[in-house]
Amino acid sequence: MSSAEIDVTDQQLDQSRLGGFTYDPAPESASVARLASAYGLFIDGAFSDPGAHEQFETLNPATARPLATVAHGSSEDVDRAVAAARRAFPAWSSMPGSARAKYLFRIARLIQERARELAVVETLDNGKPIRESRDIDVPLAAAYFFYYAGWADKLDYAGFGPSPQPLGVAGQIIPWNFPLLMAAWKLAPALAAGNTCVLKPAETTPLSALVLADILTQADLPAGVVNIVTGDGATGAALVAHPGVDKIAFTGSTEVGRLIQQRLGERGTHLTLELGGKGANIVFEDAPIDEMVEGVIDGIFFNQGHVCCAGSRLLVQESIADEVVRRVLRRVEQLRVGDPLDKNTDVGAINSAAQLARIEELTEAGEAEGATRHTSACALPNEGYWFAPTVFTDVAQSHRIAREEIFGPVLSVLTFRTPEEAVAKANNTTYGLACGVWSEKGSRTLWVAQRLRAGVIWANTYNRFDPTSPFGGMRESGFGREGGRHGLEAYLDV
Amino acid sequence: MSDRIDVRKTYKLVVKGAFVRSESGRSYEVTDATGAFWANVAQASRKDLREAVVAARGAQRSWWAMTAYNRGQVLYRLAEMAEARRAELAEHVAVAEGIDPVVASDAVARGIDRIVWYAGWTDKVAQVLGGANPVAGPYFNFSLPVPCGVVGVIAPTDSSFEGFVDAVLAPLATGNTVVALASETRPTPAVLLGEMSATADLPGGVLNVLTGRRDELAPVLCEHEDVDGVDLDGADETVGALASLAAGSIKRVLRPRSSAGDGDVRRLRAFVETSTVWHTIGQ
Repeated sequence: MSSAEIDVTDQQLDQSRLGGFTYDPAPESASVARLASAYGLFIDGAFSDPGAHEQFETLNPATARPLATVAHGSSEDVDRAVAAARRAFPAWSSMPGSARAKYLFRIARLIQERARELAVVETLDNGKPIRESRDIDVPLAAAYFFYYAGWADKLDYAGFGPSPQPLGVAGQIIPWNFPLLMAAWKLAPALAAGNTCVLKPAETTPLSALVLADILTQADLPAGVVNIVTGDGATGAALVAHPGVDKIAFTGSTEVGRLIQQRLGERGTHLTLELGGKGANIVFEDAPIDEMVEGVIDGIFFNQGHVCCAGSRLLVQESIADEVVRRVLRRVEQLRVGDPLDKNTDVGAINSAAQLARIEELTEAGEAEGATRHTSACALPNEGYWFAPTVFTDVAQSHRIAREEIFGPVLSVLTFRTPEEAVAKANNTTYGLACGVWSEKGSRTLWVAQRLRAGVIWANTYNRFDPTSPFGGMRESGFGREGGRHGLEAYLDV
Repeated sequence: MSDRIDVRKTYKLVVKGAFVRSESGRSYEVTDATGAFWANVAQASRKDLREAVVAARGAQRSWWAMTAYNRGQVLYRLAEMAEARRAELAEHVAVAEGIDPVVASDAVARGIDRIVWYAGWTDKVAQVLGGANPVAGPYFNFSLPVPCGVVGVIAPTDSSFEGFVDAVLAPLATGNTVVALASETRPTPAVLLGEMSATADLPGGVLNVLTGRRDELAPVLCEHEDVDGVDLDGADETVGALASLAAGSIKRVLRPRSSAGDGDVRRLRAFVETSTVWHTIGQ
């Protein structure tokens, strides 16, 4: 491309630039959330008295102010929940699949009916933009229940032999980045297969799971089939250690996943792990450039980068690197960072002070190790936890920002010359969760996809999720799949 | 002819397609079921094991890059090689396990049939375990089973040939390469299969067979960061400890379990990864 052509493109981009525009606030109402001041645990079909438990605060990360207090589940509470799940198991697992299906269809419908409330709760508790909780998290949660509902009476056709049996009581530990959606990913296939569940939501984002508990009650789900025990890492550890649990499904950090696998080694409890990632978005010189820039931005700044499959490494072919970096940086300046409840917001709050500290530590390491930092000039709110979208160029593979999962709105840009080099660099990680490939040449895309050690590969798109599509990692990103026919295997004794 | 002095064999390790003694120079005595001397076999060291892993990693890409049809033919040829040496295999199984020659011969026949069964799987696994996913959007989305990579096998003792075949052929059929630890006390049937692999056109390094002390080698295999999965069939009382060691690099672990029968594809599912590709659809 000649420099004259680039100038024209620049001019066009400047004319279309959104950064100079001002938007009136378009806030969603926080009162839609209908939050209680304190919550108990949902065990055996009923909420316990909040006063019966030690309580801890859950904060709105956009303001750092408390939203409510929730119960800190003790090991005794975990024990009660597992016992309730065990009691519920014989009836739930022996019920006709068509009956289990109807309960799951009801849950899907109830999520749709209460979608606005759930979206606001999620955004308040997590800090993610309401646009994402409204358009992605909540509709997908309903879709997962709807999809797996249909499997409950078709398990004979799932490819695991005739009459595949459930495992029993599943302990499910979920992260704070997609609280409701992760609950749906865990509960829907487990219940369809005939298991009963004890769900442990993340310490900083327990609220949407507690609304889900109310939905389960409205669906008349039999008592004990799903139990929800809020708490911290100690609560999760008690669930992992409980001898009455037949299966642990964990989504979270590789560090904790490794500990869980070690602890369960002796006991042989069934286990699936969905852990960290360091996804590479590989951009070839023939990529569709506008779609690619949007995809790269979405790949890393979606959900503030709190995404295990985030495209946190941009691998761009050297011949177009300058152009791509210029466009990406321009687009970063246009991202609207601020009030998560505002429908115009692109990037919300960082979920917690601890996560903000982790992001700050790694970005400081990036600068110290010699990468060049570009930070959006956006204004950040005065209270709450915020981190401006950031891009690093001049990144070497040895830098911590190219190797470690940052789990924040930080993109590291590296370059390559040949497809072989792109594949080698993309695979140069202990993780193996997701990668993106951007090219208009289908044969090359498939050639690259065949060689990437990643469980999910997006070609000319990024961060797409669907209940029919198996999701999960290779290598130290964990094992087992969630979604699709494959997702049933994690909850069947096959 | 009964006065002829027979020619005996030195049992070696099978690493990268070569038959080698342990770099440590060690060997150990294997006895028959009555306790009488049967053979000296190489006693692999931890260094031999690490070299076998390097060989397996080096061979994995080309093994997987072969067409599934070709991999099937190579594994079928392994069955042809085994068929030609059925009597020899049966003698080893009978001596090692202390069972009647007829029973041993049946076990070998079943093992060879099992090789044929797995050879036929190479070009069917993708269709049975994979497929297209009807996502709600303009994408063609498909899932394919791809190999984990390098699989470590702790082979069982109770079934010295048939059990070894099952543990080793399943990961090979799905495109993995294998480092197998033969049964410590009944290793020779496994070594024979390793020998046959060299004449079956298995590329060097695709199947590596080590003999030695399980308690010395198995922990190293389970901890090795370049091993992607382990089959603990022959780990017996050490299953729990080895499974915990495997957690260090988040390995896939196949624990021993009574087989669901001849048609069981559990082993085929154990060491594949589901790779899902989303591709946009548009004009």
